[in-house]
This record gives sequence, structure tokens and C-alpha cells, in this order.
Amino acid sequence: MNNPKKYYHSVRLDKEKCVGCTNCLKRCPTEAIRVHSGRAHIIDERCIDCGECIRVCAYHAKEATTDSLDIIHNYPYKIALPAPALYGQFRNLPHVSCVHQALKLMGFNAVHDVALGADIVTRAVQERLKQPGCPRPLISSSCPVVLRLIQIRFPELLENVVDLRSPMEVAATHARKEFCRAHDVDPSEVGCFFITPCAAKMTAIRNPIGHETSAVNGAISILDIYGVMSGLLRKIQPLPEGERGFRATALGVGWARTGGEATAAGIENALAVDGIEHVARALEEIENDKLSGLSFFEGLSCVGGCVGGPLVFENVFIARNRIRELLFRLPRLKPEENISDEVMHELWHDLHMNRSIQPVQVMRLDEDLQKALEKMDRVEEIRRRLPGLDCGSCGAPSCQALAEDIVQGYAHELDCLFLLKARVRDMAKQMVELSDSTRV
Amino acid sequence: MGAITLKESYPVEAGDFSTAGEASGKIKRVLKKLGIDSAIVRRVAVAAYEVELNLVIHSMGGHMDLIVEPDYLQLNVHDRGPGIPDVDLAMREGYSTASDDVRTMGFGAGMGLPNMRRNANDFSIRSTVGVGTDIEMGFKL
Repeated sequence: MNNPKKYYHSVRLDKEKCVGCTNCLKRCPTEAIRVHSGRAHIIDERCIDCGECIRVCAYHAKEATTDSLDIIHNYPYKIALPAPALYGQFRNLPHVSCVHQALKLMGFNAVHDVALGADIVTRAVQERLKQPGCPRPLISSSCPVVLRLIQIRFPELLENVVDLRSPMEVAATHARKEFCRAHDVDPSEVGCFFITPCAAKMTAIRNPIGHETSAVNGAISILDIYGVMSGLLRKIQPLPEGERGFRATALGVGWARTGGEATAAGIENALAVDGIEHVARALEEIENDKLSGLSFFEGLSCVGGCVGGPLVFENVFIARNRIRELLFRLPRLKPEENISDEVMHELWHDLHMNRSIQPVQVMRLDEDLQKALEKMDRVEEIRRRLPGLDCGSCGAPSCQALAEDIVQGYAHELDCLFLLKARVRDMAKQMVELSDSTRV
Repeated sequence: MGAITLKESYPVEAGDFSTAGEASGKIKRVLKKLGIDSAIVRRVAVAAYEVELNLVIHSMGGHMDLIVEPDYLQLNVHDRGPGIPDVDLAMREGYSTASDDVRTMGFGAGMGLPNMRRNANDFSIRSTVGVGTDIEMGFKL
């Protein structure tokens, strides 16, 4: 690759642990995994960092690379950006602000809620929907996995994606500006770290979609800090009501769950879908113009929403319910009542994407249609010879995928165990015939 | 050597909502694999879905044939009846003969045929009552 950064991925394979089974192979929504020589390989161009393979691997051979907590010390001033999903992880949490206290005990100078970034993005989505010529349905840009899925499988829908950065980005920009102003320090001295339930966010920081650089300096997995944090939380008493300093709305925290974004923006005619395969199916419907009248589409890769991310500790349904309960203890403000026009004005530029999202053409057989047609012809011819069991033993997720791999030169017909068996049988027969005919 | 042409035929069963959308889904996947411009893929997909649902709802079954040449794509659809008595009327937006049952499923808005014509570059329809309907749609690549 000319550009090594082009295909950075958080989701990686631990070669030592992989036994070469077919669990991840069959689960990957972009057919990005092949098993060769007894272990899995991830095709970087196709991987969208959804983390499905991490969830399904019984051998824990798939992992998400995130930053260790130590990296925060690379900066004189450290700001934690907790994802709303973090609040659903702890039992008997008296108030969300206790998590802020714990983060400060862990070495952060300040805590700035991504939920507050969500409040700001909510306002911007509302504004965008009011603009004339706004595409319908407007598609949420908050889940980086869904953005990658659209780039790869639904390029025609890219123009429907709202041109806003994610709440994580907005929170980082906002936090840094406020901190520098309050403490009179240089922006380069302030490190902003996302506390993440999501592997794809790590990728989004290294390789942002829709803008050149990220305002976030690192991503720390919720799983990595869960132990320390739950220990601290057992000792922490909630601060008196006036000193909690929790600035996000309940609706902003509600972004942790599927439908949180659409609910926060108060959009009628919105559709929220979670689980990457379900999202793909809903996008098919949108692509077929079957959802006319829909104003807004929120697709989230993980079942339950961010609270079901691959890097969380707690069961998604339990965590989701905890978020629901915590919301009762937060002010019932609307985002437009919480975020002033001044804040919107100050962040307006940094809130928006500044480059268009390009399609990623990795599924097509060839750049040239004539050659693609020829290849398709051969794919069909080969596929008819394959058993159609989609067993995965050859290392490709389906017979169709193997046929395509063969035509592209990545695989051989005898990778199919059934064709190999038939070939061995034929050869054995020929051997017998040969030995019979040469018998003296 | 002549240009390679892709020819695929997809059968469509009448009244079978469990498989409705499969043929147009397959067509869409094939076109994406071929790397055809995404705007064209979308137009073909919309037209293919409309015509497939028409076959499921109104016809006695039929098939959809996809022919892809380097500069032109054809979607030829043939069904086994019952045929459309007044094609001009059927081509009008909002005109539908769909039953209430089908309407409760969200179909029958009378947009099917006009939508196909709008999405295709070339469109022709021939229908004989008691025999069947042929629709030919062409898309420039």
C-alpha cells in the first residue's frame, strides 16, 4: 500500500490463539475474513471494524487495539471523554457524576462528557433537517462502522449521510477550547482521551472519515479500566447536587442506546436500527426507495447501540436498562435548551465535516466492466461445480465467495474439500486401473 | 472475440411474499460485483424491486431476465397473466388494482409502473389479457 494509514484497523488477529475455525468467517458482514494455512486472515480493505469477529471468537484470537491508560501522561493536561455507554457499566451507581470523580482519581485533570457533544450534534442535526434540499432520509454519521459499511456496500447513500462529525470529535474540540481558555494553556499541551465501548472509534481517531485529523488523542477501552474504576466507585460518595458539574442532558446520555439520537432530536418519521446485519438490510430498503417519507435513519452496528459495544463489560440489556434508570436522575432539558447559540456558533466550523466521504470500491470483480463480465462468467461456471453447502472448510465464507476468490487468483478449486475428495477418488481409481493394466 | 454478455434469469412466484424481493436483491448484488456505477445500480434496483413485487402481487408468476452488455443493461420481464386490460390507465401514477390485503402490507400505491418508467432509460410494455405482460427496460451504462 502507498499509504500505510489508509487501512489502519483496530480489530486485529492474535496469530497464536487462532485455531482456524470458521466462526468469524461466517459472521463477517463484509466477507473480510479468509482462513488459510490453519488461521484466519483479515482483508484490510474490507474490514469495517464492527467487532463481530471479536464477539464470536471462542479462542479470543480477535482483539481490538486500543491505547493503554499510560499514554495520557504524554500530555501535561489530560481530559477524559467518557462515552455515554460507560454509565451503564456499574451496579448501584448513585449518579453519573461519580464516574467523573473516579476518572479524576485515575489521573485526568478534567472530564468532558461525550453526551454533551451529543447534545451539540443533536442541535446541528435539527438545523440540518430544516435546511432546504436536505436529503431524505438523512442518515446519522455517528456510528463509524455504519459509515464504513455505507462506503463499501451502499456508496449511493453517501450523499444522505449528515455532514457532521461524531459527538466524540465535537466533545474533544469543545473540551480543549474550554480548558485552554480557563487555564490559559496551549492546545498542544492538552490531551483528549475517549473512554470507548467501541473498537471502530479507535480506527476513526487514527483514520477519520469526513475530516483529516481527529481532535482526540487516544482511545482507552472500557474493559481496560473497568476493574480499577469499579473499585474506586465503591468508595466514592456522590457530591452535593450543586457541585456535580454534569452538563449533558438525559437525552444526550440516551445516545448510548439505539434510537437515542433520533429521540434526542425529536424527529418524527425516524427509524433506528441496530445490529450490523439489520442495518445492512434497512439500508437495502432505503436504497430501493422503499422508505420514502422517512426523515432520519439512525443505524448502529451493535445490538442495543453503543452500550452493546465489543469493549464493554456488562451485558448489553442490563447496561441498557441501567442507562434508562440513570436518566431519571438527570435534568429533563432538551438539547436546544442546554446548548446556547454561542456554543453552536463557536463550534460550527469544527462540527462539520470538511471533506466528502468517498466510496470504497472493494467488492467489485474488476475496474473494467468488460473484464468484470468475463470474471463473473467464470465465477458462475465455477460456482456451479461447488457443492453449495457454504461450509467454510475451504477458508472462504461461502461457495460464491470461493468462486470469486478462485477467479481473482487467491484460491484454488481444490481448496474445496468436496472437490478434493472427488479428485482423490478419481486418482485412486486411475491408479487401480493403471496397476491392473500393467500387471504381469 | 465478441464482447462478453451476462445473461441471468430469475423466476418469480405469484403470491409468495416469503421470497419477494430476492430476485431484485440478487440482481443488485450482481451489478455491484460488476462495479457498475452506483447511481445506475440504484435505478435498476428500484425498477427491479417494483417489477418483482408487481409479479408477486398481480401476476400468475413469471421471470425476470437480466442482460448486461458493456454499454447497455436490459431487464426483460415476462409473466403468465392475467394481463393488463388498459395499459395507459395502469401507467398513471396513483392508479392501482391492488386488493385491500395487499394495501395493508404497504403496497398498491399505484406507483409501480410509473416508477419503472422513470428509472429506466428505455421502457416498453405489452400486455394481452389472458396471456400475460412483457416489460422491457433498458439502462445506458
